[in-house]
Amino acid sequence: MEKKPTSAVSTERRAVIGAAAAGASALAFPSILKAQSNTYKIGHLTPRTGFLGPMGEYAVMGVQLGVDEVNAAGGVAGRKLELLMEDSVNPQTASSKAQRMVERDKVDILIGEISSASGLAISQVATRAQKIFMQTGCNSDDLRGKSCSRYMFHLEANNSMYVRTVGRALLRDNMVKGKRWMAFTADYAFGHDLFEKTKRFMDENGAIFVSNDMIPTDATEFSPMILKIRQQKPDLVMSNLAGNQTTNFMKQYREFNLPIPLAGADLNAASIWGAGEGSFSGVWPIIWTHQVQAPSAKAFTAAFTKRWGRPPDNQAIADYLAVKILARAINETKSTDTQTLIKFLESGVRFDVLRGREGYFRPWDHQLLFEMYTVSPITGKAPNKWDLMTTSAPVPGPNESLEVLAPSQKENACTFA
Amino acid sequence: MSVVFLFEQVLNGLLLGIYYLLIALGLSIIFSLGGIVNLAHGALFAVGAYLMVQITPLVGYGPAFVISPIVVAVLGMILERLFFRRFYKSDPVLSLLFTFGLAMILEQALRMAFGASPLQFNIPQFLRGQAMLGDFMYPYYRIGMLGVALFVLVGLWALLHRTAFGKVVRAGIQDPEMVRALGISLAPVLTAVCGIGIGMAGLAGVLLAPITGVHPAMGHEIMTAAFVVVVIGGLGSFWGVIVAALLVGVIRGLTSFFIPPASEASLYLLMLVVLLLRPRGLMGERMERLE
Repeated sequence: MEKKPTSAVSTERRAVIGAAAAGASALAFPSILKAQSNTYKIGHLTPRTGFLGPMGEYAVMGVQLGVDEVNAAGGVAGRKLELLMEDSVNPQTASSKAQRMVERDKVDILIGEISSASGLAISQVATRAQKIFMQTGCNSDDLRGKSCSRYMFHLEANNSMYVRTVGRALLRDNMVKGKRWMAFTADYAFGHDLFEKTKRFMDENGAIFVSNDMIPTDATEFSPMILKIRQQKPDLVMSNLAGNQTTNFMKQYREFNLPIPLAGADLNAASIWGAGEGSFSGVWPIIWTHQVQAPSAKAFTAAFTKRWGRPPDNQAIADYLAVKILARAINETKSTDTQTLIKFLESGVRFDVLRGREGYFRPWDHQLLFEMYTVSPITGKAPNKWDLMTTSAPVPGPNESLEVLAPSQKENACTFA
Repeated sequence: MSVVFLFEQVLNGLLLGIYYLLIALGLSIIFSLGGIVNLAHGALFAVGAYLMVQITPLVGYGPAFVISPIVVAVLGMILERLFFRRFYKSDPVLSLLFTFGLAMILEQALRMAFGASPLQFNIPQFLRGQAMLGDFMYPYYRIGMLGVALFVLVGLWALLHRTAFGKVVRAGIQDPEMVRALGISLAPVLTAVCGIGIGMAGLAGVLLAPITGVHPAMGHEIMTAAFVVVVIGGLGSFWGVIVAALLVGVIRGLTSFFIPPASEASLYLLMLVVLLLRPRGLMGERMERLE
């Protein structure tokens, strides 16, 4: 059961009151505000409750670790980072909280989010206020295309990148051409977009579509769907499910033990860990796992595990990287000016993204390009409860451009206003 | 589509109904006797699942299976003695507010102690596998769940209909004033009923832990279905709740199969239809208190 959205009217009114209060306090207490500006303020918003809550929890751990490390190393251009964190709940709340952070708390930058709908709402606030928004978990291609903004930078991969990553593994294993496939999709914007990208890929590569079922996000019981799979006997089952749905589906799919291979177009490590050994099956795309062997990745995993008592997941790395990239941008430009920072990020400068190869932002849509991976169950007994999976070699391969996974300018046009 | 497939879905739906039943019956008897709508029932279901996950590595699956629901039942009795009994004679809104707050406290406590991510827990090795009967296939674990649930139902029915304790409970549901006038104290009976009802929610959590995600908000999803079952079945009716649970299971199973996006909505549509035709629910009894 998700929280009911607060009515638009009341949040707007609150935003207005907040803005008025912020304006009044700016007039009345200019000296206090001046004193506060010795820190560089990060406003962090991400869902911490609801079915995306498990991922939000990792996002919070990642961003905190990033801020602590940057501050321990002397901060940014002589200033300490200050972190304000809130639960973004839903698009309306995300929007009013972002507004309040920008106007009342005077944050210098916004980081976070997982839901694409909330991400869009925050991006609109950031664009109006001319603040950078580094989004760390929204997948929708639209955010990089139709709804793109020159103030928004994407540290999460988009749906096309996910689909093409797992698609390559499926092509390699001869699971696409001439194969009959069924899909199960989370019934909201993200799922619909992911299914569309999956279907396009499968159609282009000669797979035979059997059916797609839209599953409500609060569904927990998948036995009717699993019996349906058994009846229709496809060659492949593709999941476009989200959050806790994926955990439940994997557990029950394994319980019925159908001999039909499972794959998916989106997965979080928290879902694998929730499903557990023996329940996790199939091949799935992921942006990063704690098993990545690059030296900076190993250092991050060690620091994170030491701090939080468990290894980082794919969400934690995005929020952590956002802080590190920001710190480097400020330290190298010696500026906190938004326009200067945007120019630096757009310049094609390479960043250590905790993978074998360095990553960079595409200047025309602000997508961070990086190596991705696929995960599948470990063969034999898992050494511990975190290493149930094996992480593939990076996708794309060493001799290919990082551009091959993301949609081209023609496929997903973005014009910065 | 062949008839066999349809039959398989109906059968699966009936089995799904059994899970709702364990939660719904507990809700129903606590409400019938004490007049308290326990909104914390789902959170206590989650507590049962978390106990199971935590206790199993210490004592093994079998003992944990017995201990966890008992601990939840004892917790239920403590809640009754300390809090619920203060609300029996007050405005129902107060107990709604109280149990709503309790649900949030329990859920957040689980979140603080174990984190928001789902915990790992799976079917024990000896219960894995599937039974095949001709073209029918069903996992052993679900068949086992069915057995446990039926055992509990029969036990509860016998307790309510074949013992002196049950007579007092049923009389208390009908007319608490008369029971008191006869010199029978309902206080210990209410404590026991809360223990049984909440213990059943804990048992449902224990049973479902291996096949759904164990996370702090897991109670929300099943609670809504359980409320619908209680309302459709009619308050205070043992058989009404059973019929409603099976009906909800079948309707939900069939819509999941034919029109999946409507699988959640189908429950509410069913509730609407039943309430329009029979405002008291399918087998709701007249209760003096509510007339």
